Amino acid sequence: MQLSKSKKITALLATATCSLLNANVQAQEVKGENDWKFETAILYYGETDRVSLVEGVVSATKDFGDQHILNTKLVIDTLTGASATGAVPQANIQTFTRPSGNGQYTVAPGKLPLDDTFRDTRLQLSANWTQPIYQDTRMTVGSNISREYDYLSVGANVSAERDFYNKNTTALFGLSYQFDSIDPVGGVPIALSNMLVDSGQFGVGDAGEAGFNAAFDLTRESDSDDKTTIDALFGVTQVVNRRMLVQLNYSYSNSSGYLNDPYKLLSTVNSNGETQSIVHENRPDNRAKHSVYAQTKYAFDNAVADISYRFATDDWDITSHTIDSKFRFNISDTDYIQPHLRYYQQSEAEFYRPYLNAADSLPVYASADYRLGEMTAITVGLKYGHKMNNGHEWAVRAEYYQQDPKNAGFENIGVLSSQDLYPSVKAFILQFSYKF
Amino acid sequence: MHNIKSHLPRKIPQKFVAVCLIFAGLQLGGCANLGVQPWERDLLAREDMALNSDGVDIGLDEHIYFSKEATSGGRSFAGGGCGCN
Repeated sequence: MQLSKSKKITALLATATCSLLNANVQAQEVKGENDWKFETAILYYGETDRVSLVEGVVSATKDFGDQHILNTKLVIDTLTGASATGAVPQANIQTFTRPSGNGQYTVAPGKLPLDDTFRDTRLQLSANWTQPIYQDTRMTVGSNISREYDYLSVGANVSAERDFYNKNTTALFGLSYQFDSIDPVGGVPIALSNMLVDSGQFGVGDAGEAGFNAAFDLTRESDSDDKTTIDALFGVTQVVNRRMLVQLNYSYSNSSGYLNDPYKLLSTVNSNGETQSIVHENRPDNRAKHSVYAQTKYAFDNAVADISYRFATDDWDITSHTIDSKFRFNISDTDYIQPHLRYYQQSEAEFYRPYLNAADSLPVYASADYRLGEMTAITVGLKYGHKMNNGHEWAVRAEYYQQDPKNAGFENIGVLSSQDLYPSVKAFILQFSYKF
Repeated sequence: MHNIKSHLPRKIPQKFVAVCLIFAGLQLGGCANLGVQPWERDLLAREDMALNSDGVDIGLDEHIYFSKEATSGGRSFAGGGCGCN
């Protein structure tokens, strides 16, 4: 009897201790909400035979209470591989000078010219601070800096949002300013100047090298150049009903300054499509873009549909349509799968040319960069996420991205008719994320 | 070399902006009739219903598409950057 009573007391004490411990754990968890929250991810992006990229992200957010929120983000990426130069494939071997002017590379017959010297590491830091400034009104100020070997980008942004109608409507207005400085390997090429190729015309030995270097320098206008971009964003978010909300944005973006890609080229061909010379591209020094973005999210009991559409147009005559959809299925309290489908279509810039004709006079602006040409692109992906007992969450995402450049109505003259001027680009994306 | 595709006139920014502003204005005006009461926000408050619930993924994707396509931004600021690959 005595023993039994003592057992009961022990059991009661154990229960009480557990309850206390449990309460302590719960208190710690509540306290945890005021701590930093981290979202981290590592992404691999690899194109078949072209560029590959590894990118890591650490985003840290701290809620100081009363809607005072600080977010900081660090992004590091490293890129290697080959990129299309814009020159056309030919039936014979082609020789190109490296952008630095040091050395050459050759391209096999029938192959699209790729510059395989791309190697870069980028470091980006950004910080945003949000706080209330007036009744139902919040303000966010932010800044960012991004540095890579040949590039520096710094920027600042400010935005204000205000809730209306019982917080069912939120209006946002924001401005951003970005300054970019580019310091290309080998200097900034003179627009539409001929790429200089050392075919022995400068002689041999040190004298030949000095002669080439002097002539190469004449194709460069400076060591660096810059551009500025100003963005304005107007947005409205609306709760439609208990399950649905929509967002509508209009944004305007104006870039001015050096908008060329200093590594992109164009082939000048004769009437039979044979390359006569290679020139550096030239784009206008101003670009004004308008876009409308609409997004809706719909909550099912165990799923979320997220669908968005973007229409964009600019004064380079590029018009694009983007449809993006994600369906998240919560297969249990802790697990979800999320298929992703994205379709993109753009028309070509007015100065886009797959090549130049030697018989014509040089246009003012010209670029053969396929990214300014007509194209469609599709992304298909799947994400799986799991929330662990400690509240941490991991997810893995795999996607396939394919770009299909199109002929925007240009003739493939002479020997070019037997070359593939618009090859597809295929890429795989793999990402692992961890939130804690 | 000729661009043999017939080009439709595409320079419509001013009209385009006007239409967008009118549309946005109408939407704001009609907003008073939409929405929910504070106690009906159970589903909307779910983490997976936040507009930026995949924020890190979106940032990574926007970097890829910025580098590979002619259009960027829309959801938020388009910003600057190189995209020279």
